[in-house]
Amino acid sequence: MPTLAKKTPARPVSRPGRPAPELIFGDLWPFDPAPETADPKLQPRYDLFIGGRFVAPQSGKYFDSINPANEKKLAEIALAGPADVDAAYAAAAKAAGPWAKLPGRERAKYLFRLARLLQDRAREFAVAETLDGGKPIKESRDFDVPMAAAHFFYHAGWADKLEYLAPGRRVAPLGVVGQVIPWNFPLLMLAWKLAPALAAGNTVVLKPAETTSITCLKFAEIIREAGLPPGVVNFVTGAGEVGAAVVNHPVPAKIAFTGSTDVGKLIMRALAGTDKKLTLELGGKAANIVFDDAPLDQAVEGIVNGIFFNQGHVCCAGSRLLVHEPVADAVLAKLKRRLAVLKVGDPLDKNTDIGAINSAAQLQRIRDLVAAGESEGAELYQPACRLPDKGYYFRPTLFSGVTMSHRIAREEIFGPVLSILTFRTVEEAVEKANNTAYGLSAGVWTDKGSRILKLSTELKAGVVWANTYNKFDPTSPFGGYKESGFGREGGRQGLLDYAQLT
Amino acid sequence: MLAKSPSAALRRLFDAVGPVDAVGIEERVAKYGTRSIKKHAKLWGLKTAVSMVDLTTLEGKDTPGKVASLCRKALQPHDAGLDVPRVAAVCVYPAMVRHARRALGTGTGVKIASVATAFPSGQAPLKTRLAEVRAAVADGADEIDMVINRGAFLAGEFATVQDEIAAVVEACGPAALKVILEVSELETYDNIRAASFLAMQVIRPGDFIKTSTGKTSLNATLGNNQVMIDAIRDHYLATGVAVGMKPAGGIRTAKQALTFLVAVKETLGDAWLTNMRYRFGASSLLNDLLRQLAKEKSGAYQAPYYFSEAAESY
Repeated sequence: MPTLAKKTPARPVSRPGRPAPELIFGDLWPFDPAPETADPKLQPRYDLFIGGRFVAPQSGKYFDSINPANEKKLAEIALAGPADVDAAYAAAAKAAGPWAKLPGRERAKYLFRLARLLQDRAREFAVAETLDGGKPIKESRDFDVPMAAAHFFYHAGWADKLEYLAPGRRVAPLGVVGQVIPWNFPLLMLAWKLAPALAAGNTVVLKPAETTSITCLKFAEIIREAGLPPGVVNFVTGAGEVGAAVVNHPVPAKIAFTGSTDVGKLIMRALAGTDKKLTLELGGKAANIVFDDAPLDQAVEGIVNGIFFNQGHVCCAGSRLLVHEPVADAVLAKLKRRLAVLKVGDPLDKNTDIGAINSAAQLQRIRDLVAAGESEGAELYQPACRLPDKGYYFRPTLFSGVTMSHRIAREEIFGPVLSILTFRTVEEAVEKANNTAYGLSAGVWTDKGSRILKLSTELKAGVVWANTYNKFDPTSPFGGYKESGFGREGGRQGLLDYAQLT
Repeated sequence: MLAKSPSAALRRLFDAVGPVDAVGIEERVAKYGTRSIKKHAKLWGLKTAVSMVDLTTLEGKDTPGKVASLCRKALQPHDAGLDVPRVAAVCVYPAMVRHARRALGTGTGVKIASVATAFPSGQAPLKTRLAEVRAAVADGADEIDMVINRGAFLAGEFATVQDEIAAVVEACGPAALKVILEVSELETYDNIRAASFLAMQVIRPGDFIKTSTGKTSLNATLGNNQVMIDAIRDHYLATGVAVGMKPAGGIRTAKQALTFLVAVKETLGDAWLTNMRYRFGASSLLNDLLRQLAKEKSGAYQAPYYFSEAAESY
C-alpha cells in the first residue's frame, strides 16, 4: 500500500535516456487577431488649451506625436513657448478667485461630470491612449481609463467635505498650481494631478509629456463639455523646456511633478529659495521579495504583473526580484514557463499582454542597460516570441545571477527587464531591499502574516504590497521615500498636499 | 505525540505541496476571460470542447431508454452537415452501464464512464464501493469516476484517503480512473491542492482528477480548475506522470468552456488540449457548443429547439 512518505521529489526525476518532462506551449491553438475597433476620434492637429479655448501657439510651431507601435504619425501637437505659458498662468490666476469661492458642492458637480463624461467615452479614450503610448488595449481599457474616472469620482466626493480633511483646522486652496506629468500613464497621471487640485479649489496649468499629449488634449474636450469655468484647467504642450517654464514661472504656489529622479533634482534646485510648495513622485527600483513559504504560482503571477505591466514603464515596477535561495530555481523555472504564454505585439490587439515601448529613446535606454547587464555577467533569458517588424518592441527579459553591484540592480530601467537576486534570511532581504537610492514601493510574498507586518515597517518604501503587486486605489496614498520623492497622491494625505491649513 | 497526530500529518502534506493564495488565483483566472477567441480559433476551440464532453445523465429516474438516447446523441451530436466530432464519453450510473454498452456497441470511440464508489457521498463500506467498481467494469465501463473519502480527508486521515484511491485503481483493472475531489466539500484552495497531490501520487498516467460530482451547491469554477491544473503541471514536471483533468458541473455555456480551455492552453500547454487529458463533465454544455458552431457556419443563432434534447424556447 502506498503511504504518505512517498513525497513528490523537488526536482524532475532523471530517467535514463529520456529528457526531463517539459510542457509544450506551441501553435496547436493560436488565437486569431482580435483588434479593438472603436474610433479614437483623433484630430490631425491639437492646439494648446488656455482659458477654456483651444489656441494656437504664439510661435506657430507644432511637433509630431508618433504611434510607437508602428512609428506612424498620429497628430501634430502645439509647441508652447514662454509667452503661451504666461498666458496659461494668467488665465489660471484670473480663474483662481471665483473657483476657490465656489461652494464645495458646486465644484463637486463639475468633478462628477468630468468622471461621468470620461466613462461615457471610455472606449474612445482607451484606444487613443493605446495608440499614443503603446500600452496594450487590455490595460488602457481595464486599468487606465476606469482608474482615471475613479480618481475624479473619489475627489468629487471630497470637494464638499474639506472641513473634515483636517479636523479643527480651516482648509484653504493654495491658488494656482503647476503640474508636469510623465508618459507612462498619461491620462491616469492627469487624473491623479487634476482631481485633488480641483477638489481643493485650486486652478491648474498642466504639461503632459511630449510623446503622450493626445489623451490630455482630448480631455480638454471633456472639460469644455463639462462646462468647467474658463481658466480653471489649462494645458500647455511641449518637451523639457516647456516643463521648465511651467516650473520656474513666478505665479504658481505649488509645483507637482511626476517623472524621473534626475529632473526631480533639477526642479528641487530651481525651486530652492522660493516659497513654492513642491511634491515629487520620482523613480523607483522596487524589491519584490519572495519567501520559500509563499504561494509560488501566485507569486510568479505577481512578479509578472509587477515588472511587465505597462511594458515595465511603471515607477513602482517590481524590477528587483529578491527570491529566497531554497525556492530560487523553482521560481525561475516557473517564471520562464509563464513568459512562454505572454503575448508581445500589436497594442490594439485585445490578447496582447506586452505592447510597444513608448519611444525610440526609451527603447535605446533599455537596450543599453540590458547590454550592461550582459557585459557585467548576469545571465539573460528572453522567450523566443516574434516581434512586429515596425515599431518599438522589446522582449520580456529576465536576468538571473544579479548582484547588488550590477548596474541593472541599481538603476531604474523602466522597461520589461527583471533583475533576479537571491537572499538567505529575512535580515538579508530587508538589507538588500533597502540598499537603493529609491523607496517607492516593495512587495512581500509569504504565507506568514507576522512576517508581512514586520517587513512592512522595515522596508523603506511608500507602498508595501503583500501577496499582490501593482494595486492602486484613489483612497490609498501613493508616494516615496528617499530619491523616489516626497508628498503623497491619493487619499486624505494626497488631498492635503493641495491645501493650506490655517 | 505531535508527530503522529492527524493535524501534524495535515501540516506535513500542506508543507510539501505549498500553499495557494485565493486572491491571486482569482486574479489569474480573471485574465483568461479577457482572451478574445475569434474566427478559426473559435471554431477549433468549440470543436475541441465538443470532443472533450463527458455527456452525463445521473438521475434517479434514468432508464435504459433515456441512456440509449443519450448514447445516440453522443455518437451524432447534430446533423452531419455541421461536421461535429463525437463526444468523449457518456457518463452514467453503474446500473446503466450495460444499457449504455448495448446502445453504443463497440469501436465507436465514445467511451462509457460510470460513476461508482457510492457516488456522490462515498459513504459506503470500502468493500461495497470496490465491488461496485468491479461490477461497472465487468458490465463494460471504460472509465470509472470515483469519489474520495472527504470525511477522512477533513479528519486528517490522509493515508486512508490515499489507500482507498489506490484500492480503486486496482479494482479498475484496465479501466481509466477519474478521482472526484468534491471541491465544494474541501472548501479551501489549499485543501484542493493537497487532495490533488494525494490522488496523483497513486493513480496512473492517463487517469484523471475531477472537480466535483455536480450534486453539491458549488461545482467546477475557473479557480478550482486552476488550482488542480497547477497541481497537475507540478506533478508532471516532477515525476513525468501526465494526469488528466475533468471539471464537472456548472459549465453550461460555450464561452465558459472556451475560457477553461484557455486556462489549459496557458497552464499545461498543447499536450493537454486533447480529450485524452481534458474533459468536461456536463449535460447542457453540448447543445450550447452546437449552437455556437451552427452560428459560426450560418452567421445566425438558431432557436434552442433546433437541437436535440433541448426543450427551452424563447
